Amino acid sequence: MGLLSSTVSITRYKVEGKLEEPVMENVIRGLRKNSLVEIDNEPLEKAVGWTSFETPFLPRFEGDSFIVGSHFLFSLRIDKKSIPAKIVKKYFDAEVAKRLAESGREHLSRNEKQDAKEHVVNVLSLRIPATPSMYDILWSYEDASLWFFSTQKAANEELETLFTKSFRLTLIRLFPYTVADLSAGLSEADRDALSKLNPSRFTE
Amino acid sequence: MLDISVSYNRYKFLGYEFLTWLWYLMEKDREMLRRMDPEMTELDMGNRILLENHIHDAVESITIRGDDAGLEEGILALRKGAFVTELSLIYKSGDQEWRFTVKGESFHIANLKVPESGVVETKDDMEGAVLEKYYLYEKALRWLDTFFSYFIKLRLSEDWQAEVIPQMRKWIAS
Repeated sequence: MGLLSSTVSITRYKVEGKLEEPVMENVIRGLRKNSLVEIDNEPLEKAVGWTSFETPFLPRFEGDSFIVGSHFLFSLRIDKKSIPAKIVKKYFDAEVAKRLAESGREHLSRNEKQDAKEHVVNVLSLRIPATPSMYDILWSYEDASLWFFSTQKAANEELETLFTKSFRLTLIRLFPYTVADLSAGLSEADRDALSKLNPSRFTE
Repeated sequence: MLDISVSYNRYKFLGYEFLTWLWYLMEKDREMLRRMDPEMTELDMGNRILLENHIHDAVESITIRGDDAGLEEGILALRKGAFVTELSLIYKSGDQEWRFTVKGESFHIANLKVPESGVVETKDDMEGAVLEKYYLYEKALRWLDTFFSYFIKLRLSEDWQAEVIPQMRKWIAS
């Protein structure tokens, strides 16, 4: 569900810290350095990186192409190869049989079996294309606020990790406590009282 | 500030209490809802409400869904000590309507449907469409922030224990 979809889900973040000037160049650098690298012809099962909002299958960050109004607009892309377990088992059994025949032995050790499995997964990874998933991001730099158009736990965790790696800034998820503490306009005394709150009882 | 994961779990109840309080306002104090957001013409329950009751180590979940679903079972759950953990809402401002679900513990906004906006036909339409959507999403999020900010200040005041809790207990028991 992307930003322009008919229904969306949003996780909100506060961005902690500031980029060094010039900000736009530093954002472009962070995006380019960590843009999605295709893994279709690589023995890898997963890739995570930034991509362009308008051309998600052709990550390109040039000029002000990722700026809309006063916001940075781009996407997180997660490519994953899903190899069905039954296919792995089929090729693993064949690989074990081949290794046994070559060595003339009756059994493989645990480490040898592990090695055979890794070999099979690597070979299959080269033959199976990755399935891409895109999650849009709207970053309002001046407001230190970022909207991530997904509430999936795994996608949010990938975002937080890649964002810190790319920009050396921390994302703080906005949930009830952090909203109250950071953006509800509470006094110091109220914030102190907030940290001591306990649940209410609505029944006697 | 406290560690994020610690505070997420320790203060989940704030989101649950906020949603339960919202339900109470929609049932019993619409005047206050209007005072908090003069632009709002209506705020109604959507077609889904989730409640949870923690009894010792067990968690009892109650889901009420459907456009014409009765809320009696929800009130019954509140009487047993449950809290609202997820609430679908319909927010109206002028003749425009927003529908969305607020998740109490995470404040995730799910299934957010905003008023119709212009169709993107060419690449040049994109920037306008994004900004229009931004404005429409922000309106729903700003509404949530305004109400939560009001709630948290009330929750920290003496009025919460002295006035709000007795009124909510009366509503739940009635």
